[in-house]
Amino acid sequence: MLSANLSAIFYLISGVLFILALRGLSSPETSRQGNFFGILGMIIAITVTFLSIGNFSTGFVVVLIFLLIGGLIGAFIAYKIPMTAMPELVAGFHSLVGLAAVFVAIAAFLNPEAFNLGSSGNIKLGSLIEMSIGAAVGAITFSGSIIAFLKLQGIMSGSPITFKGQHPLNALILISIIVLTYLLCSTQSSNLFWILLAVSFLIGFLLIIPIGGADMPVVISMLNSYSGWAAAGIGFTLENTALIITGALVGSSGAILSYIMCKGMNRSFFNVILGGFGATEQSAGEKNKEQRPVKSGNADDAAFLMKNASSVIIVPGYGMAVAQAQHALREMVDTLKKNDIKVS
Amino acid sequence: MEIDPFIFRLSIFILSIFIGYYVVWSVTPSLHTPLMSVTNAISSVIIVGAIIAGLAGNSDTIFNTSSIFGFLAISLAAINIFGGFLVTQRMLAMYKKKKKDK
Repeated sequence: MLSANLSAIFYLISGVLFILALRGLSSPETSRQGNFFGILGMIIAITVTFLSIGNFSTGFVVVLIFLLIGGLIGAFIAYKIPMTAMPELVAGFHSLVGLAAVFVAIAAFLNPEAFNLGSSGNIKLGSLIEMSIGAAVGAITFSGSIIAFLKLQGIMSGSPITFKGQHPLNALILISIIVLTYLLCSTQSSNLFWILLAVSFLIGFLLIIPIGGADMPVVISMLNSYSGWAAAGIGFTLENTALIITGALVGSSGAILSYIMCKGMNRSFFNVILGGFGATEQSAGEKNKEQRPVKSGNADDAAFLMKNASSVIIVPGYGMAVAQAQHALREMVDTLKKNDIKVS
Repeated sequence: MEIDPFIFRLSIFILSIFIGYYVVWSVTPSLHTPLMSVTNAISSVIIVGAIIAGLAGNSDTIFNTSSIFGFLAISLAAINIFGGFLVTQRMLAMYKKKKKDK
């Protein structure tokens, strides 16, 4: 059995590995290494959790079986899925993380003695708040991701679904979540816990249905960020540093990533997140324009793409003449030729 | 006076937020999807919580309502871990420098 201090240190190591993974993924050269760091971090986190519990009895075997079942399903999906279905796949995976967070919160709520959170019906106040946050955010992630998945799959219409009074309704539900959390903390009633979960599922649906298909990548990234916050909330409940570090990392990086993606698509971040606000005010023609995904690149990207190509055709245009880029272009062509790439 | 351990956790939490914030700023647009997929895979670290939930409690009853939720959560998170990392791997394989036949 691993001591609490030692396992905390190992959790720290896996946290650092996750940071390196995210860092690695931001540049094409280091991306594969980054993925490797991520896998390594995950293996360490799981192994340490097993060792710190140190209970190699039947329960351990059951855990392994469930782990393997999930792993096989995951691996199967990952190999079978066509590359074009990537966004919906990520959305689908998010819903699983959200649901897992909800399940962990339920488990902790039903059996608080096992987690040193006080006794059933008398859970420590702080833990209860953290648990409710984790459960609510997890539920929102789950239902929101399901909608994103359905929209991307084309099962549900990709166009924004809006109705009158949507925003007041959403605001009302959000307020009721806060009120429910407060009541839950003061009464410890398990009924309130289930109502809180149900309402959170509902708000997840309502938040995502007004968002159009073209904005889905941003939404997915946003939901990713939510799943991170949910994990962090659960981490506070279980007093587990691995969950806190990783949850916060994923939470903030997901939020920033969706912001960057919005900027890349020339969309206002708040319009996308608040969903439908902008869409209702636009004329039909403009709406069609907005639905088309736009891809922007930068110098790094271009260099990377060209380095991988075997032949490059350059079509000079008026813009280049205005920018007086002929010399820069000549240099680029020389570099490309040096790298054994055909340029015409 | 002792500092409440909660404060330590809170500090870890806040500092991690800032790391996450700065670490992704420079990502190139073509790597958005792989990055998203890897953060997704990483977020399934919730499996740590699931394992604790599954194995917590007294050892004579393996299956009670609480631990069953834990076990289910383990499976869900495991799908995500394997699926997430493998899919990222596949995506990144497309970025690998092509071997020239010449």
